[in-house]
Order: sequence, then structure tokens, then C-alpha cells
Amino acid sequence: MATYVDRYPDEAGVVKATFAVAFAALGVGALFGLVQALHRTGYLRVIDSTDYYTVLTGHGVLLALVFTIFFLLGLFTWAITRSLERPLPNIKLTWAWFGLTTTGAVFAAVAIVAGLFPSLDMSADVLYTFYAPLQAHPLFYVGLAMFIIGTWIAGVDWFLAYREWRADNPDERIPLQAFMVLTTTLMWYLSTLGVAVSVVVFLIPWSLGFIDTVNPLLTRTLFWYFGHPVVYFWLMPAYMMWYTVLPKLAGGRLFSDPLARVVFVLFLLLSTPVGIHHQYLDPGIAEGFKFIAMTNTMFLLLPSLLTAFTVVASMEHGARQRGGEGYLSWLGALPWRDPAFTGMALAGIMFAAGGFSGMINAGMNINYLVHNTLWVPGHFHLTVGTAVALTMMAGSYWLVPQLTGRRLYSRPIALFQVVLWFVGMVFMSNAMHRAGLLGIPRRTAEPQYQSFDFSATVGSVSELRIQMAVGATLLFVSVVLFLFNVLLSAIEDPIEMPVDDSLPAPLSGADGSPVVLDNLRLWTAIAVVLVVLAYSLPLASIVTDGGLFGESGAFPVFVDAVYRVAGVVA
Amino acid sequence: MEIHEYEKLWLAGALLLIVGFIATVAYGAVGAGVAMVDDENGTVDPDALDEHPKFSDPGVYESEDGGYDVYVVARQYMFQPGTQQPIEVPANSTVTFHVTSADVIHGFEVVGTNANTMAIPGEVATITVEVGGPQEYGLLCHEYCGSGHHGMEGTVRVVPRSQFNATGVSA
Repeated sequence: MATYVDRYPDEAGVVKATFAVAFAALGVGALFGLVQALHRTGYLRVIDSTDYYTVLTGHGVLLALVFTIFFLLGLFTWAITRSLERPLPNIKLTWAWFGLTTTGAVFAAVAIVAGLFPSLDMSADVLYTFYAPLQAHPLFYVGLAMFIIGTWIAGVDWFLAYREWRADNPDERIPLQAFMVLTTTLMWYLSTLGVAVSVVVFLIPWSLGFIDTVNPLLTRTLFWYFGHPVVYFWLMPAYMMWYTVLPKLAGGRLFSDPLARVVFVLFLLLSTPVGIHHQYLDPGIAEGFKFIAMTNTMFLLLPSLLTAFTVVASMEHGARQRGGEGYLSWLGALPWRDPAFTGMALAGIMFAAGGFSGMINAGMNINYLVHNTLWVPGHFHLTVGTAVALTMMAGSYWLVPQLTGRRLYSRPIALFQVVLWFVGMVFMSNAMHRAGLLGIPRRTAEPQYQSFDFSATVGSVSELRIQMAVGATLLFVSVVLFLFNVLLSAIEDPIEMPVDDSLPAPLSGADGSPVVLDNLRLWTAIAVVLVVLAYSLPLASIVTDGGLFGESGAFPVFVDAVYRVAGVVA
Repeated sequence: MEIHEYEKLWLAGALLLIVGFIATVAYGAVGAGVAMVDDENGTVDPDALDEHPKFSDPGVYESEDGGYDVYVVARQYMFQPGTQQPIEVPANSTVTFHVTSADVIHGFEVVGTNANTMAIPGEVATITVEVGGPQEYGLLCHEYCGSGHHGMEGTVRVVPRSQFNATGVSA
């Protein structure tokens, strides 16, 4: 049996290219993270405080969007071809979406980084949550739009492969990895509609001067319509690896295929109608709508809690296959020297902690205490920053040899790297959560104020600052080690024996689950209905109150813009 | 569909936890009276705040039911009142903050308390809090609002009733 790169050389090329973009973004984003953490804690200041927000925007956009989603694009391309056991129908289409997403990401990155060079007269220091009326250079919004359209085409690519497979296999169950790719893609189509409307209809015309104002609450709500589900677009690749790769690495097999499908269907249904939970403290949205978003969010805990069970159960099964015994001593039988396994297992542990702080955020009333404090980045440095990023790095140690046909440069460095990430994140997220409880805000270059101090009941504020600076430094070193290891792996000698990239069948197979689980049309229809229920009334109310294009503008400005364009043309 | 026995137990436990969370929030709203910031307070024209009966002269107003209304305008990079002169409210009273923004989206957080809201242009956020004994609180903007965001701060001062003077009486 040949390695992935031998079976699908063209697809392996695309996957390698997406990983290269992802890892480049990871390197730059991590550097920005270090600069920012040392500035904010006051230990080393190489930028002005006004430039802090440019660095912060770069950190957020490059890591939360470019790194995670390019990795996903590669991983899903790998997963759909290997699980359907066929190449993609048209490799030109595949390279087309790669080109479009990459160009878009580069445009956005250029607009952001240009902000550090005043002579360029271009900036995009609007943060990853690009709320109007703060305005970025049009290139930033155009880049985002191209990036999103590129991902849509990637989804089409995967669905075309599925359609061909279905024509040849009319009665078979969708293979599990392909099922995960397709449900996640449907979720993405549904959730990116909001941000696409916001960017294309409002922000691009506004940044180009065609319309004078936008409705801030409307664009903010459309942002969060996308801004929460995108979290699951980061998370789903990690979940896919926990469900399909981690059990194998542990020495066993997945516990239950049917429940894995249920989990992904629940994500498809519930990811999108929850965005308003980022807006609990926004005026202009009625309490009832917030309550609906809150209940949906709470039920969204279910698929993650089920995943926690399955992942632990699969690891225990693997450990027992390897001779592990007892209530807890089986833990010692796990392959802790394997960096891919250890990285993913540590990521899973951190995700449990991040899940608990997320439950606090979701609690509509407790949220008052932590809203927009450092607690929030503390939470997502555990979720996207560890559960996702660490799983992706650990997974790369297993994937890269399959994609290149070459061995990994150093397993000991890889093992040290994933542990270092875990330790760095323990410092950083612990300090951030505690600082948030004291009321220290997120996203500020100077967290000290002139007329008041924050008081800590346990420890001290300066101790929290040290922890954050130490954590950030360890994390940066960890990223450098990762990039170094992956880069050197690309010039290692080819492996003579094919890499073992097979995945064992689950303990409970798909045959034991109802066929309705594979009915993607049905689940999509229900998901759409839920979104309409959760969003139509609040959006209608926001537009009625604030106007489609804002309070002072409304439609006449649009007419002005038409005159202006006409004037330019004539 | 085959579901393992422990999996069923876990599923039931997870659902119980979720319903429990929703119940505590529902109790917080109905029983303990934790009201959310909502859309009951209408909209304002952010470009014409000087024509608004209260936001044109932001400050502390005595209301007819014995509580106090504080009208605050957030703008790059200050609170009016709050930054140039502190917001002063009397001890042991019920205070309602009405917050809006004149330019971009800001935050409004009384440090160390759950008096916390967003200030969005065109919208009025209203939060009612119970104020205890005399104390001074920090006030800060927690939503990035431009390159001077980190300097946007203010003070909320709870003073003894004898030292308190309101701006006027709310309608």
C-alpha cells in the first residue's frame, strides 16, 4: 500500500501549499503575539502604543483566520480524497480556489502590515472583529471577500468529489471523514452569508466612499452571525483529528461512528443561530432574542461534551489494547513519546478547561462580569489557541511525512515543542482568566490607568503580568521549533517504506446508525429554519430602528453615490 | 442506533447540566431580577445628540421615583461626564446609566462590578444598578475604539447624600 503522496500526488501538492500558507501565517502571527504580549505587560516595548492595534489585528487575523482556515483547507482536501478513495474531479479548480484564498489573505495582510509604515497611507487596525464605524483600507475588505469566495469554491470542489463518489456508490454510507467535511462545509456556507453581506453590501462601498454611513449595530450583528460559527470552522478540523486520527495513535480505534455523526449534525444545526451571545450587552436587541441565542448556545455544549466522552473512551480503548490496566493506570500505557499523540491529548485537556470558561461566557447574566475583559482572550487561547492550534501542529507531525514521503526531522524536538506549548498556555490562559475577573480589559495597549488601579484578591497584578510575558515567550519559542522542524523535514531523505497512514474501523460502525443521519438535505433545511427563527426578527428590528445604512444616511446617500459615479464616468 | 451504556449515562448527565444552566439564567432573570441590556430605550441620532433632551446636557438627574438617571456620552476618547469631571452619585441609591456613543462603538465598564455595557452609535444602552456606601470606582472603555483607546478612562464616585447635587430632574 502506497503513501498518500504516491496515491494522490496532485492533491498532496495542494495540501502542502495550503499548509505552507498556514505555517507562514502562524510564524508572523506568533511574532506579533510576542511583540504584543511584551508591550502590554511592559517588559519590552519596540512599538508605539498606537501601533499596538495594528499588531493585534495582524495577530488575530493571521492566526484565527489564515492559519486555522488554510490548515483546514488542506486537511479537508486530504480527508475527502483519502476517505472517498478518489482524486478530486478537477485539479485546476482546486488550484483556482487555492490561488483566490491566498491572494485574498495576502491583500488583507498587506493592508494590515502597511499600518506600521506611516508613509504608505494604508491601514487596517480594525482588529479581527472589524466592526464599523472603525474603517479599514478597502484592500482589507476586498481581500476578505476574495478569501471567503475562495473557501466557497473549495467547498464546491469537495461536493463535486462527493457527487462522483455517490454516483458510483448509490447505497453506501458516506465515509466518516467525508461526512465531517461535508457537514462542516454546509455550516460554513450558512454562516459566511452574514459576513459576506456585511463586507460586500456595506463595508466595501462605504470604505470606497460610495455610501456615507453604515448601521453599526447591523454590521456588528452580521459580523457575529459569522463570528461565532467560524469558531467551529477552526474546531472541526481538530475534532476530525480527535475522532479519526487520535484513536489510531493511541493504539486503538474510534469508539462510535454513529455518535460522531450525531455530533457533526448538531454542530451544523446549532453553530449559526447563536452569534447574538456575543451581543448580550448590546443595546438595540431585545432580551428575548438574547435568551434564544443563550439556549441554543447551551445546547451547543452537547456535541462538545459527547466528544469529550468519545475521545477519552477511544484513548482508554487504545491504552487497553496496548496492555494498559486498572481504573487510571491505563493512562501510563499510552504512547506519550509520540509527539502527534501527546500534542493532541494535551490539546484535549486544555479544551476541557476552555469549555468550562466558555460556559461562563455563555451564561447571559454572569457574562456582565467578564464581558470584554481579559477573561475572553483567556478563554479562546485555550480553545482556538490550544485545542485547535496544538492539535494542528501535533497532527502535522503525523501528516507531513504522508504528504512528502519523507520522515520527520526530529521526534524529540517535536515532543518538546508540544509540551512547551502546553506549559506556555497554562501560564498565559491562567493569568488572562484571573486578570479578567479583576476587570482588566482586553485589547488595550496600556492596561494601567491614571485614576484607578486593579486590585487582586489572590496574587497580584504584577504577578499576572509576569505570567503572561513568560507564557507568550514560551509559546513563541514553541512556534519557532515547530516551523524549524517542519521546514527541515521537507529536506529529509525520502522514506523507503510507505508511511502507515491507514485508519482502523470504529468499534461501532456506521451500519448501526439510522440512515437519516446521512441525509444532508434534511439537516441543512433544519439548520436554515433555525437561523431564520433566531435572526429574522432581531435583524428586522435593527433595520427598522437604525436604518439599513445608518441613522443619518439611509437611502438618499446611495443616490448621491450614484451621482458621484456618474460624474466620474462623464 | 447502538449507544453504549456509559455513553447514555454521559448523554443524560450532559443534558441535565445544560438544562440546569438554562434554568439558572432563567432564574436570574425572573427570580433575582437580573435584567439584560435590551432595545426598550429606543434610538438617537448620533450626529444630533445636542438636540436630545438629556444627552445634550449629559449628567446625573434625579428621577421621580427617588432613583437617579445618569446620561453618559462616550466619544473618542472620553466619557461625558466621567472623564473631565467624575460621575457623582449618592450612596445607597438606585442608579440607572443611559449610555450612547457619538462616533464609533465604545465600551462602558465600572471596574470590579457588573455594571458593564456597550455604547453603540444610534442606540441607547440602559443598566440599573444598586449603589452601596461611598467609594470611588474606575470607569473604562473596553471596546477598541481607535488608536487612543487605552487612554479612555473616567471615574464614578459614590458620595454621601449630604454632598450630592444632581444636574436636574428627569422627566
